[in-house]
Amino acid sequence: MTLIAPLATQDSAGDLSASPYADLTPAMTPVQALAESNRCLFCYDAPCIKACPTGIDIPAFIRSIATGNLKGAATTILSENIMGGTCGRVCPTETLCEQSCVRNRAEDRPVAIGRLQRHATDRLIDGEPAHPFARAAATGKRVAVVGAGPAGLSCAHRLATLGHEVTVFEAKAKSGGLNEYGLAPYKMADDFAQREVAFILGVGGITVEHGRKLGADLSLESLRANFDAVFLGVGLGSNNRLGIPGEERAGVEDATAFIERVRQALPGQPPAVGSKVVVIGGGNTAIDAAIQAKRLGAEDVTLVYRRGRAQMGATAWEQELAQTEGVVLKTFAAPKEIGDTTIAFERTRLSDGKLSGTGETFTLQADMVLKAVGQKLSAEALDGLQVTGGKIAIDESYRTTLAKVWAGGDCVATGEDLTVQSVQDGKLAALAIHSHLTA
Amino acid sequence: MADLRSTIAGIRSPNPFWLASAPPTDKAYNVVRAFKAGWGGVVWKTLGEDPPVVNVSSRYGAHLDTDRRMIGFNNIELISDRPLAVNLQEIIEVKRDWPDRAMVVSLMATMTETAWAGLARRIAETGAADGLELNLGCPHGMCERGMGSAIGQVPEMVEQVTRWVKNAVNLPVIVKLTPNITNILWSAEAAKRGGADAVSLINTVNSIVAVDLDAMAPTPVVDGKGSHGGYCGPAVKPIALNMVAEIARNPDTSGLPVSGIGGITTWRDAAEFLALGATNVQVCTAAMTYGFKIVEDMIGGLSNWMDEKGYRTIDELSGRAVRNVVNWNDLNMNFSTKALIDPALCIDCGRCHIVCEDTSHQAIRIDQGDGRRVFTVVNEECVGCNLCSHVCPVPDCITMVPEQTDLPYVTWPNDARNPMRVPEAAAE
Repeated sequence: MTLIAPLATQDSAGDLSASPYADLTPAMTPVQALAESNRCLFCYDAPCIKACPTGIDIPAFIRSIATGNLKGAATTILSENIMGGTCGRVCPTETLCEQSCVRNRAEDRPVAIGRLQRHATDRLIDGEPAHPFARAAATGKRVAVVGAGPAGLSCAHRLATLGHEVTVFEAKAKSGGLNEYGLAPYKMADDFAQREVAFILGVGGITVEHGRKLGADLSLESLRANFDAVFLGVGLGSNNRLGIPGEERAGVEDATAFIERVRQALPGQPPAVGSKVVVIGGGNTAIDAAIQAKRLGAEDVTLVYRRGRAQMGATAWEQELAQTEGVVLKTFAAPKEIGDTTIAFERTRLSDGKLSGTGETFTLQADMVLKAVGQKLSAEALDGLQVTGGKIAIDESYRTTLAKVWAGGDCVATGEDLTVQSVQDGKLAALAIHSHLTA
Repeated sequence: MADLRSTIAGIRSPNPFWLASAPPTDKAYNVVRAFKAGWGGVVWKTLGEDPPVVNVSSRYGAHLDTDRRMIGFNNIELISDRPLAVNLQEIIEVKRDWPDRAMVVSLMATMTETAWAGLARRIAETGAADGLELNLGCPHGMCERGMGSAIGQVPEMVEQVTRWVKNAVNLPVIVKLTPNITNILWSAEAAKRGGADAVSLINTVNSIVAVDLDAMAPTPVVDGKGSHGGYCGPAVKPIALNMVAEIARNPDTSGLPVSGIGGITTWRDAAEFLALGATNVQVCTAAMTYGFKIVEDMIGGLSNWMDEKGYRTIDELSGRAVRNVVNWNDLNMNFSTKALIDPALCIDCGRCHIVCEDTSHQAIRIDQGDGRRVFTVVNEECVGCNLCSHVCPVPDCITMVPEQTDLPYVTWPNDARNPMRVPEAAAE
């Protein structure tokens, strides 16, 4: 398979809107934020709050924007969701807060809660010298957090504010988890993930050790022995396979690995993409990879999903976005075999919830195939923990089956695998750990 | 189609919408633009004796909602700062070119007959003025020189000035009243005694419109300091409506024509002033907020609404609500109205509930419906205060429904619950 040079020239030409790294939804201007914030009705016991996995007091923060109290707005958001900046950018608000906005009922257009959230938090994260949160008196307790992703950092931050000392162990070179490595740059433009990490760590009391991987130089047993509590926010470490012939060919790659390469590329040197790219899958990662491949210069990008649009994990908004960006969506087709420059599919049908092949096949040209058919827990280093349904088993207070060990984020089954859910898991687990340590 | 032609104190205009004496009527350029836009008349910005006043820089302040909509507006600008002869010449030229529009000229002078009569004669001699409006109201600047509200706040002086001017010229005289008094009737009655052909009200309300929290000074800030100014715009409309109604329902002034002023922004505002007894209306802030074009919808909206309601002329509409303005003691104590929430229109914001719960009578219940909340008025607790219907963001979602009752109309003086009630037997 041959890869083509990306459209790096557009970057150097300074046309940011055409850059493959451009922000799809740019920050609001102050005038936009003022107009939009005034659309909020300040509902009582607002439906949007209930729809937010982290329970942000949305009407309160929007009112603060309207009154010019931007710091107050940001503090309201970040006190419930320390990654409010990322969530304002990447949350599928169309199925969460904005779906429940009462403005939908009479006007069919919700308040742009996500964009307002970004507006409020950007200023605080970038501009305010003083961290809005202070730490409680030191408790003398030490907590180990495994994984510097949304769950781990959220947990670490909450524990630190409660007075505990936290050491975060992170396998990769940078903190942020999927915020840094797994979200397409059109959603997470520039170095925001790292700026947000710096802001979170700014509260103090948190040490991050990079290159420390559970199962390598780190064991759950030693963490339990050396710390008062352990939180696992290890995410889903490995990708599902298609299990078809040709999967090992060059040019076939996990979509998460592709996005990671795109995100970690040096400025002005985005990775090469195929001319004809086929993405397999129907979730957010598939959409991210397809759009990003298109933005990097792929001539044709086809996203193929074995079920229908209604069954896709990606929201309707994301599906439409992909189409607007020039991605072709093909549904009811399952990959059968990957050739040198082709990929063969069998058409499928869904009856009574059961998917079956029809026997009819077709072939697409493909010099790059990106697989996005889900991720799963890497359970190797989790000896002694009960794993149920592919996720670490926890009780209602995020406690695992091992004493002194809590877990949250994508590695547990609390809700959808979303940043916002991971932040909530980390926060609630921290509160549970705090109760345990101070009991 | 309704006939919008208007006559007040003998002054005719093709519609009842005049521009009030203010910056928009300061010179020919603006007034010609206003007439082209369709305004029925103007009251030319107040003229004084030469030498003209000198204005400061930084003159207007604003009371804005969070979305920057103009709630209220204030100014510390003085009267016309151009030479009298220049203004009079322009008035002549504009009236010559626009003979069908009302040209009323505002004037202000110190408390001497010579000053008032002299100025009035100068204006009358132009032959271009359809009438005069006496500015006895500006609450800033000019009052510190013994003019404006310094005169308007003293009923005897109002009467005296009106008489001086009426004696000096043979023109209709409208006396513009200040709201910065305890009882508008004292000024209105004084104007009538002095021979006023009409009154106009309200002039601006004395105000500090906002404080610049960086400069720590009232706005508008003039080199670090600010002064109280004249407040106007939508926020003063209720104050003006009440004062207009007071004059209209007061036996001593009920025949006195009123030119209504105060926050009129839409045709509906105008209709309300007319209903409370005004014969025409004057507008300033709305024009200063949106430009002169707003008069188109004022004219069109009023005309359409009058057609819909069957009012053929302004006279048929004027004063229609006056008989229903009564003292509290004349209200029916047996009347009862209850809020009714239409679940089909409800958007689930919950504001009716929380304002009733927090600040009123705990009369709106929440039930969990199918995927949304259902809000229901508890009639036993509802006192019919209207609060929920006012805060509801959806028009007509919450309506107030009077209860059917056989009880007689009983006012508080006759109500059995009134401990001060004079028993009927004893009263006979």
